[in-house]
Amino acid sequence: MISSYEILETIQMIEDEKLDIRTITVGISLFDCADSNGKRARNKIYDKITRVAQDLVKVGDDIEAEYGIPIINKRVSVSPISLIAAASGERDYTEFAVTLDRAAKEIGIDFIGGFSALVHKGYAGGECTLIQSIPQALSNTDKVCSSVNIGTTRAGINMDAVREMGFIIKKTAELTATDGGIGCAKLVVFANAPEDNPFMAGAFHGVGEGEAAINVGVSGPGVVKAALERVRGENMETVAETIKKMAFKITRVGQLVAREASKRLNIPFGIVDLSLAPTPAIGDSVAHILEEMGIESCGAPGTTAALAILNDAVKKGGIMASSQVGGLSGSFIPVSEDAGMIEAVKRGSLSIEKLEAMTAVCSVGLDMIAIPGDTPAETIAAIIADEAAIGVVNGKTTAVRIIPAPGKGVGDTVEFGGLLGKAPVMEVSKFSSANFINRGGRIPAPLTSLKN
Amino acid sequence: MRAIITVIGRDRVGIIAKISTVLADNNANILDISQTILQEYFTMMMLVDLSGITVGLEELKKKLSEEGEKLGVTVRVQHEDLFRSMHRI
Repeated sequence: MISSYEILETIQMIEDEKLDIRTITVGISLFDCADSNGKRARNKIYDKITRVAQDLVKVGDDIEAEYGIPIINKRVSVSPISLIAAASGERDYTEFAVTLDRAAKEIGIDFIGGFSALVHKGYAGGECTLIQSIPQALSNTDKVCSSVNIGTTRAGINMDAVREMGFIIKKTAELTATDGGIGCAKLVVFANAPEDNPFMAGAFHGVGEGEAAINVGVSGPGVVKAALERVRGENMETVAETIKKMAFKITRVGQLVAREASKRLNIPFGIVDLSLAPTPAIGDSVAHILEEMGIESCGAPGTTAALAILNDAVKKGGIMASSQVGGLSGSFIPVSEDAGMIEAVKRGSLSIEKLEAMTAVCSVGLDMIAIPGDTPAETIAAIIADEAAIGVVNGKTTAVRIIPAPGKGVGDTVEFGGLLGKAPVMEVSKFSSANFINRGGRIPAPLTSLKN
Repeated sequence: MRAIITVIGRDRVGIIAKISTVLADNNANILDISQTILQEYFTMMMLVDLSGITVGLEELKKKLSEEGEKLGVTVRVQHEDLFRSMHRI
């Protein structure tokens, strides 16, 4: 039998340290839903999602009850809608987003991702239409998430798309102004987007994926923080070892839930995403892990190095715990979703520039950051370009999920509620990047792309 | 399914008896049991076979929770595999 100590440790991780499964995400291919008639395509999409994922919520709840591990979200990701809607020839894809929203509500899931376009090398078919439809789509739906991939290490960075996304983000914020610009919290601009990511807002079912897949994301910053509290003052090797052991245990739970969900839903197991995802709850913060490692307040010198240790150890510990690893796999640093990050911004220790440096050593990028509502679109585009450059040159995923909060300035706070939390509005450079952004074109792929 | 049932709370007379009675009444078979007092707290762990239970899992969990409440202890029922996968390679 498992020892008493081990049983109590697991219970403590779940009850006191907030270990949970962040999401079971079912990826669904919609390739067979394309149709020259838009209405017919939408009917096929609705039918397929509600058929394939109809038992997702029930299975999630059953697993939660049997194993006693909270499963916070059940989600669906679909093939990039730009590819499916293109055949319809319609000039606006908002109706496709409304259909996704309706299907999500019918099966009772929390989010649906895939109102997406991959334009890292250029616009094809419906991709231009999809991007233009994003502001309306996100303001007319509740559960739909959108993402646009504007760069890859192999293709370089599509600066026309980068510029356009600056304006699309502004427009999305304006159309959802009454809710603090919440539409932007459901919109991610990627470089090197992964095709099997279970986390929102960036989840979509990639073109190389199979018919359907179960992808699972775990969450356990509180567990790592508690483990580090027990090794205060010890050297870095001990810190790394401690994180690795905890990451292994966390990921094993993810693997167990993914296998079980796969069996019960009769959908192949895809990947476990080895990510540390914080929530706004006290005791579930990545910033507090960095502070436990010896940084007085997140953002102070040493923060990037501390995050690098954390991110590396999470992967090393997690990789052996799962048979298939994928998605974003690394530590997340969303500001509004992390109580420690919010405090650090308010204390003045954490700036956008420091967050940008941190994104070079962890997964994702500038995530859930509120900036003044009057920030020019070109400046937002330039922030995206900087993030994309870090991702493209270093062969990693980076992303920007930024909210130009309408009518708000530095010192204000925007409330989103739930997992999205609340964001203190952060200062952005006042100097213009417009002439750089307005050049357009494509930044060539870096030398590191030539690996053959 | 085989589950680990944990009972944690302040020690008093009859905790094992009362919890075991609920399990027996619903045809749950106790395979292994260990009990200890940790910092004044009564901690009991049971490995239980639930494959023959006469009620649904949710119903059994509810009955155990109600009994636990009367005794002033928390009762958890969790699939054995959760612990096995986390602590065994």
